[in-house]
Order: sequence, then C-alpha cells, then structure tokens
Amino acid sequence: MSIRETIISQIRQVAKEQNKKLGPLTDDLVLLESGLDSLEFAIIVARLEDSLGSDPLSASEDGNFPVTLGDFIGIYEDAAK
Amino acid sequence: MLPSDSTSLREALINIADPSGCFLWDTKGSVCYHDLVRGSCLNGRLSELSGRSVLVATRDQLITALALIELDGVARRLILCPPDLTSEQLSSVFANAEVDAAVLDSSQPQSNLRNCITATCHSNIVPAAGEQLERRSTEWVLLTSGTTSAPKLVLHNLSSLTAAIKHSDSAASPIIWGTFYDIRRYGGLQILLRAILGGASLVLSDMEESLGDYLARLGRHGVTHVLGTPTHWRRALMSPAAREIAPRYVRSSGEIADQSILNALRFFYPDAVIAHAFASTEAGVGFSVEDGLEGFPDDLLGGVGDVELKVEQGSLLVRSAGTAMRYLGTGPALRNEQGFVDTGDLVELRNDRHYFLGRRSGVINVGGLKVHPEEVETVINRHPRVRMSLVRARKNPITGSIVIANVILKEEPGQRATANRDVVIKDEILQICRAKLAKHKIPIAINIVTALAIGTSGKLYRHA
Repeated sequence: MSIRETIISQIRQVAKEQNKKLGPLTDDLVLLESGLDSLEFAIIVARLEDSLGSDPLSASEDGNFPVTLGDFIGIYEDAAK
Repeated sequence: MLPSDSTSLREALINIADPSGCFLWDTKGSVCYHDLVRGSCLNGRLSELSGRSVLVATRDQLITALALIELDGVARRLILCPPDLTSEQLSSVFANAEVDAAVLDSSQPQSNLRNCITATCHSNIVPAAGEQLERRSTEWVLLTSGTTSAPKLVLHNLSSLTAAIKHSDSAASPIIWGTFYDIRRYGGLQILLRAILGGASLVLSDMEESLGDYLARLGRHGVTHVLGTPTHWRRALMSPAAREIAPRYVRSSGEIADQSILNALRFFYPDAVIAHAFASTEAGVGFSVEDGLEGFPDDLLGGVGDVELKVEQGSLLVRSAGTAMRYLGTGPALRNEQGFVDTGDLVELRNDRHYFLGRRSGVINVGGLKVHPEEVETVINRHPRVRMSLVRARKNPITGSIVIANVILKEEPGQRATANRDVVIKDEILQICRAKLAKHKIPIAINIVTALAIGTSGKLYRHA
C-alpha cells in the first residue's frame, strides 16, 4: 500500500471507530473541517508512526504544520524520500 | 510591577498616557479605557459591594474585566469564576472564599446564589457617582483548573499578580494583545493586567467563537502579541486563518512546549519573537525563554531578576514576589518553609539545559484535558485477566500527549500466550475503557508486557 493509501485508510478507520461521517477526502480538504477533531488526528498520527515507522510532524526541522489533507500526505511522502 | 503611584487597576488606568486610544474588544463590541477611568458598569451598586467578598461570575470575559477594574481597591476580595464550574465546585468556592456578593451579567439567573447580594455588570458605561469609598488592598482569588474535584482557591493580591510585569513592557510601538486563554484563569489574567498596566489594547476570545473566527478577528485588529498553550497553537496552525495574523511576539505557556511546536511557530511567523514561558497560578511567572529551544538553560537556576528557581528531587521550585500567598480553605501549604512553591513539574538536566518530563503526579495532558493515570488503570484492571497496568503518556505532535497502557496479564495454568489471545484481550480491555471513560482518556494502544518498573516505595514508576 502506498503512503497515500495507508493514510487515507487510517483516516477512514479512525472515523469509523469514532462514528464520524467523512466527506470526500480530497487534497484541498481543510483538516479542521473534515469532521475529525484534534484527538482523532492525534490517534491517526500515532498509528501512522506505528505502521509507517515515522512521525514527520514531530521530526520536522522546518516545522511545517498541515492545513489541508494534501499538506498532511505531502509531509509523510517527503519524509519517506 | 505596578507603577509606584498605582494601588489599584483604576489608578493604573488613570496613569495611562492616552487611554482614549486603548480598547478591550470582544465579539460583541468594545470598551475604551478612557470611558473606564471615571465610568461605572455596575448600575450604581458599587457602594453596596464595598468591603465584600465578591464572586465575579459573568458569561463574557469583557464583563469580567470591567467588573475587576471597578471593584479592585473597593471590594475586600475578588473571586474570579471560570465559565466551566459545576454547581458542586461553586458550592465549595462559596464556602471557602466566604462569598457574600456576586457580580453577574444581565443574561444570568440569580436564583441559585444564596445568602449574598447580586449586582449586574454590563458594558454600557455611565459616569460614576463619584462617591468616596474606602480604598483597600483587594485580595484576588484564582481557581486552579481542577478536573472533577474541587478546585483549589489561590490567594493573590494585585502586587503579586503584577510582579512579573516590567515597566519596559510598555513598548515604543503600540502593543495589541490577543490570547486564547480565558482571563478568569492565571495565564489569561496576566495578559489583561499587562494590557491595562502597559496602556495597550486586548482582543478577548469568546467560548462560542471558532478558533478560525478568533484568528480572523485578531488579524482585523492588527494583533501584535499572541499567547496560548502549545495545544492552542497546534490547533491554530492547522487553521487557514493562522495566516491572517502577523504578530511580533508569540508565546506558549501552560503546557510543555516541545521542539516541534516551537519550530512550527518559527516557520509560520518568521518575523516574530517565539517565546515559551513557565507560570502557574500558585508559583506565578517562573521564566520566559526566547531562544526557540525547548526546555530552559541551566543558568536560569539561582535567579533571574526577582525570580528564584531551583530543582529539588527532580521537581522545579519557584520563589518570587509573584508567588501566591496561600490557599483558602483547608489543604496543604502552598509554599514550603523557605517560601518556595513546588510546581510538581519534573525536569531533567541534559547538556546544561533542563527539559520538562511531565507532572510528578503522572497527570497526562491530552490537548489541554487532564488524565489521571490511576483512573484509567482502575478501569483497565476490571478485566478479569489483568494483573496490573501502567498508564502513561506518549508524545504526540497534535495533542502534546496521548494515553497508552502497559498491561501484565495473570498467568492461567494450561493456557499459553498466543498473539491471537492477546488481540482478543486488548480488544476486551478497550471495550471496557470505551464504556467507562471519556474519549481523551481511552488508551490509543495497549501493550501486553511481562514486567512494570516499580520504585523502592512500591509505587509504579510513571516516568521510566
């Protein structure tokens, strides 16, 4: 599974566990408007660290914080390069 | 600190060079400092509140600010009531602070306030009656952020609350303050006092306003100094509206500021001073660090200015003119015999820098919400196969921390551990947690282990 697919699948999994309905997961989706709260994103980031072996949001030297889903996926893809 | 000729907030306002250029703003409107110098917001009830122990319990922060300005130096005691108190917590506040008067805003019911007079405060300022009331040094009572238990009542006065505020804070170019904090707690109150003493405007938040809307409002007012917890900032930086402010000064305090949030703030606001500070309701302001690195340099220990810091048994202790006097009601002493406040925050020295490890009590801060590990362990231990458990924090870039649990299972004769059996038990434990615990307290991972570290006292090591 690609990094993008892993992330999308983890977002759907956490939304399902928390009984949250998600709209279309497009790259321009603003994360804070996705229907998931910060605790749910915290869970997603922790699980991605376990499955992908990295937490680029903590490790990031330049401190780029994701606003959209596209930013979020991009940070993980850049970290894997 | 207070200018020497100011003994109350009202007098501090009188000393502002240009009060007509300073405002307190909220979502509904604004109040100009000039109008507050000789105005009243209490419907002519000020004299009735003179000498009383007054609970300030308004919905809006702006109304609280107006009441504090008018009552400081007049009331015997001011008790700042945060918006989220339960009725049980309010009862203990009434008893321990000897409340005999309350200031509300016009929207609130007054029926549940027994044995005390009530006055309504509003933002329509009318000229004050000019009556000569006895002036006194008012006691200020702040509540610690208790969870479910009764909050502690911390006694300050205006001198201790303003001890960390330097005259140089009134900078050459105008400051406009903004804060995600509520001014009814210590961190937010510091900002209100800085604004008043420094002759600067302040943009107040509103509990029903979204973070994005508050950021946009800060941007419209041209905010220069913005303060919040790392949790506030992590949320803010995920908002598109974070681009609508261009502050000169950005500060985090109230939780551990880790390197990732400091880096993120530096990246977002490259022209701003990025500071993080240590302060607590009891200890006052400990320090502010502006080098962009997490933790604080060892040479702060001993003393910087009026504040003395030291580390004892791993815990940070603070003594200064800004530390509170005592707790109201029964309870432990607030200061030790030398006058130091033990903050309960554990630090570790590495390469001439102290790094925060967490609370000695093991309390975990998940996005600003507290989790007592013992509460979660008690729930986990209900599973019949669990022998013992240890709940602890795992670092997280979104909420600061999240909860994880290590669990030792009881051995059952004839049953061998298998991966499949462990998955079933973990799932059952999580089901119990989901049924019994608030969402932020549920462990996001359960690890089945064969041993937990136990200290010489027989207690679990929470900071292994």
